[in-house]
Amino acid sequence: MAKFNKKKSGELPAISTASLPDIVFMLLFFFMVATVMRDNTLMVQNTLPAADQIQKLDKKDRVIYIYAGKPSSRYIDTYGSEARIQLNDKFGTIDEVGAFVLAERAAKREELQNVLTTALKVDSDTKMGIISDIKQELRKVNALKINYTTRIGDYTQNFN
Amino acid sequence: MPRKSPEVNAGSMADIAFLLLIFFLVTTTIETDSGINRKLPPMEDQIDPPIIKEKNIFTVVVNKYSQILVEEDLTDIKDLRGLAMDFLDNGGGIGEEACDYCQGERSPRSSDNPEKAIISLKNDRETPYKAYIAVQNELVAAYNELRNREFMKLYPSEGLTYFEADFIYNDPRTTGDQKEDLREKLSVVKKLYPQKLSEAEPSKVN
Repeated sequence: MAKFNKKKSGELPAISTASLPDIVFMLLFFFMVATVMRDNTLMVQNTLPAADQIQKLDKKDRVIYIYAGKPSSRYIDTYGSEARIQLNDKFGTIDEVGAFVLAERAAKREELQNVLTTALKVDSDTKMGIISDIKQELRKVNALKINYTTRIGDYTQNFN
Repeated sequence: MPRKSPEVNAGSMADIAFLLLIFFLVTTTIETDSGINRKLPPMEDQIDPPIIKEKNIFTVVVNKYSQILVEEDLTDIKDLRGLAMDFLDNGGGIGEEACDYCQGERSPRSSDNPEKAIISLKNDRETPYKAYIAVQNELVAAYNELRNREFMKLYPSEGLTYFEADFIYNDPRTTGDQKEDLREKLSVVKKLYPQKLSEAEPSKVN
């Protein structure tokens, strides 16, 4: 009977953690695969509006990104709280948009230069004025294909 | 006898993996890569604007208080899609301008046919972007719903709506025969309900 008494020592057997690394590695690989490294750091607030009638954007090398919105909290002291345009890594003015698009276009491979899309990643609280100005500039340089980048969601989310 | 080499302690493996995992967790930003595609009108010299009948234009104004005015009446955004669809699908034309696939009321005071029907969207400089996107979304949705209907009527064997088919067509991973096949079918439906969405330059705030 001593055999049975021994088991009543009250200690639970330790849970084996040998498979923990495997689980963590699995997660790790998921994130490594899913990660898209950002090309440029965002300097503006960028909460995109929601829409559900969306189309997928073309491959990444066929897209030129233009960001707009209020400067993020880090830059608010320097640049104020008025909505600004971000071109690559710095704030730009309306007049620079055209030159920026032309420069980006020239940097792409030749066969892609005619199929480029300009993706406008604009914060949802921005006023339309700045966007209209950007659109005018894009028309001037004949970059007519644009995409209002949005989150996937119901439009009613935009009204609260 | 060869000596057994000591086993490497793998206990810290989990720590290393966690470290990497946390790094990737922090740096990951799942980029949004979808949105509403639009084509801007080219900059042209002022040519005489074509004369368009008043009844063929559906004016939508979004003002700076995010209010929506359809044909000068204050409208709730929930009704916008329906109104736009009624307008596009009206098919009030007679004779050459008749529209045999339209299922609308055929009212003589609304559009002749989808080919003629133009939606004019206007906004203030002060209009919030999110309201503008919501309106754009609803107008595109109106076109998409009509196109869905026609697509499913013409190509029931596909088992897709226009919206889904277009999504597959635009997916960079779709290639070859399927893409060719879809392109043809999509363009037929697109022709039935061409997207004629004109954006006026915004009115200046006084």
